[in-house]
Amino acid sequence: MSELGTLLADTVTRLFGDLVTKEALEAAEQGAWPDKLWRALEEGGLTLPLVPEAQGGAGGRWEDAEVVVRAAGRHAASVPLAETIVAAWLLAGAGLEVPTGPLTLAPVRAGETLRLARKGAALEGTATRVPWGAAAGHVVALAEADGRATVALVAAGAARVTPGKSLALEPRDTLAWDAAPVLAAAPAAAGLGADALQVYGALVRAAQMAGALESVLDQAVRYAGERRQFGRAIGSFQAIQQQLAVLAGHVAAAGTAAAHAFRAADRRDPAFEVAAAKVRAGEAAGAGAAIAHAVHGAIGFTYEHSLHFATRRLWSWRAEFGSESRWAATLGRAVLARGADALWPDLTAR
Amino acid sequence: MHAFRFDLTDLPPAAEALRAEVRDFLRAELKDRRRAERADSWGGFDPAFSRKVGARGWIGMTWPTRYGGHERSFLERYVVLEEMLAAGAPVGAHWVADRQSGPLLLRFGTEAQRERFLPAITRGELAFAIGMSEPDSGSDLASIRTRAERVDGGYRVNGTKVWTSNAHRAQYLIALFRTQVVPDKKHEGLSQFLVDLSSPGITIRPIIDLGGAHHFNEVVFEDALIPEDLRVGGEGDGWKQVTTELAFERSGPERYLSSFALLLELVRREAARPSERGTVAAGRLVAHLATLRQMSLAVAGMLEAGQNPNLEAARPSERGTVAAGRLVAHLATLRQMSLAVAGMLEAGQNPNLEAAVVKDVGTAFEQETPEVVHALLDVEPLPGAGGGDLEEVLGYLVQRAPSFSLRGGTREILRGIIARGLGLR
Repeated sequence: MSELGTLLADTVTRLFGDLVTKEALEAAEQGAWPDKLWRALEEGGLTLPLVPEAQGGAGGRWEDAEVVVRAAGRHAASVPLAETIVAAWLLAGAGLEVPTGPLTLAPVRAGETLRLARKGAALEGTATRVPWGAAAGHVVALAEADGRATVALVAAGAARVTPGKSLALEPRDTLAWDAAPVLAAAPAAAGLGADALQVYGALVRAAQMAGALESVLDQAVRYAGERRQFGRAIGSFQAIQQQLAVLAGHVAAAGTAAAHAFRAADRRDPAFEVAAAKVRAGEAAGAGAAIAHAVHGAIGFTYEHSLHFATRRLWSWRAEFGSESRWAATLGRAVLARGADALWPDLTAR
Repeated sequence: MHAFRFDLTDLPPAAEALRAEVRDFLRAELKDRRRAERADSWGGFDPAFSRKVGARGWIGMTWPTRYGGHERSFLERYVVLEEMLAAGAPVGAHWVADRQSGPLLLRFGTEAQRERFLPAITRGELAFAIGMSEPDSGSDLASIRTRAERVDGGYRVNGTKVWTSNAHRAQYLIALFRTQVVPDKKHEGLSQFLVDLSSPGITIRPIIDLGGAHHFNEVVFEDALIPEDLRVGGEGDGWKQVTTELAFERSGPERYLSSFALLLELVRREAARPSERGTVAAGRLVAHLATLRQMSLAVAGMLEAGQNPNLEAARPSERGTVAAGRLVAHLATLRQMSLAVAGMLEAGQNPNLEAAVVKDVGTAFEQETPEVVHALLDVEPLPGAGGGDLEEVLGYLVQRAPSFSLRGGTREILRGIIARGLGLR
């Protein structure tokens, strides 16, 4: 890990540990904006790891950003931190200034497109399921203008909002723009196409899932050591041990796949690794959450227990920015187009 | 935190340069090897091939030069292994010696044993088998009963080993025997020996597997004499040594590449005949829908595609595409995990737990690959040539797959090791 990565890791762990409490998570689910947490993240320099220092960021790499994003997933931090990190990176890459405050991304669903009208001065179109669409200060949209992917910054209040929620009761709002004023716009950085939000959104969701799976494993192992039945800790039963070993395998695979994708993002177009990571972490999310709930029994099924803060996020994140099957199809199309003889050379070149 | 740590490992430029060299070698050497033969992975046994690999310096790569080794890095060795396995090279005649027996002798053998055996291993001339399991001792390895009793100048051995792969083709066996019976302490009193399989008192009988192949054997010892200087390590140290030895075989690319040949054939089939898919779509839809429910998550993508009104164009190809993509995603991940373990070995760490995780996740993937193909395609697995490559490779792997989670420690034993690493036992 880089020096910056180590520093970020220490900071996020301390900060999330202090501020992401059960009470804070429950309040966020009721609609409260965790202002104290967000301000602490901004003051700690954690919201802009990829923005150059000259523009007020940490000047780091994707490998550094992964530390922050994975920790956010591990703690179920109920703020658009991953979205802000990607949005700020898009802005900076397009040569635009990064505003303070939480940012979000649009569109997040494949197949939805936004257009720039009036020579780039106005945004048109509708984006569904936008994370913190109403609560974020600004929306960073990837829109089409003259056939090019263009990054456009709009104020959150410029959209007509239809509120929505994810399984984890995080905001996922529908935003509709009708000639909404664009604050700034510029062509996306070289190499970024219309699918960039899908790719980089899937990238951060993979790391968030890896983090949440770490939390799920911790909770399940701890519970298996504490809960006693038939006169002994349930973790001493082979049936439970075998399940937790499988869970540990999924957690390890999700973490490795996510780390691989972030490393690739520092080096080249990471589409292959991101697809692999979203597929692998998504499957781990499904299987891992099921095992954790099986081990916890009825108590883990209650709102009172904290397991669901991680598992409900896993269930929602695995579907966001493309399901496993969609990314598997993307990857499969790429593999089939290259043919069987290219498979091994391509795989080892990554 | 309980999550195991897998640090990503970059292969050094020297290893990548070596990869090109290995590929050129394999392209030339394997040009006549049929695809179904390549599915045999490390089951293929070809002494002539192993001697050529030895001549290239690719056996005992990390060992000291004074024993015929080449003092190259674990990561360079990793590249050679993964290229050999991906190409389906017949590595069986040097596989066990390179992976287990040689490292065991390096760690616990006497100087005389190293000088006698290691150079011949690196030349690809000496094949080893492993004698651990017995008729009544599998996962509970410490319960073995084959006795090695001290006699003048050595030991007299009586008992039976089973599942001994390649005992009928290897020159030597590294065997675990009981040299002392310690009541209620079954892990004590075990010792390891180098056994010349041509010595008197040893009978090797084939155990034919369900696919009709002869890999396994039963090795019976009746008053077989083993000279004292062929004991490996101290008397009574066998358990410690054998658990170290088993860790050598848990993390490598062989733990996720066993079904790679089938994945290749799936991609070949799907990529080559795109026009056929549409025509059979309607007829297959009903039959396949029934199996779809049991397919893994990737094929849930087919249900999504089922909402696409353009059925004829979309469905079967979409399924194949999703399945291939999903398998590649798993393979790419496993390769990174396995590489990370190789990196830890290179760094002198002891990643026993991480290696067990790789093997558990890797063998699950290996076993799932034939299931995905079954659920996806209307192909019949065939026991030999005569159909297509896909049919034959599928036939081979369907029959081999049950062994993937048995060899080198069962899935349940591995998960027990992982559970111990989680602090549960």
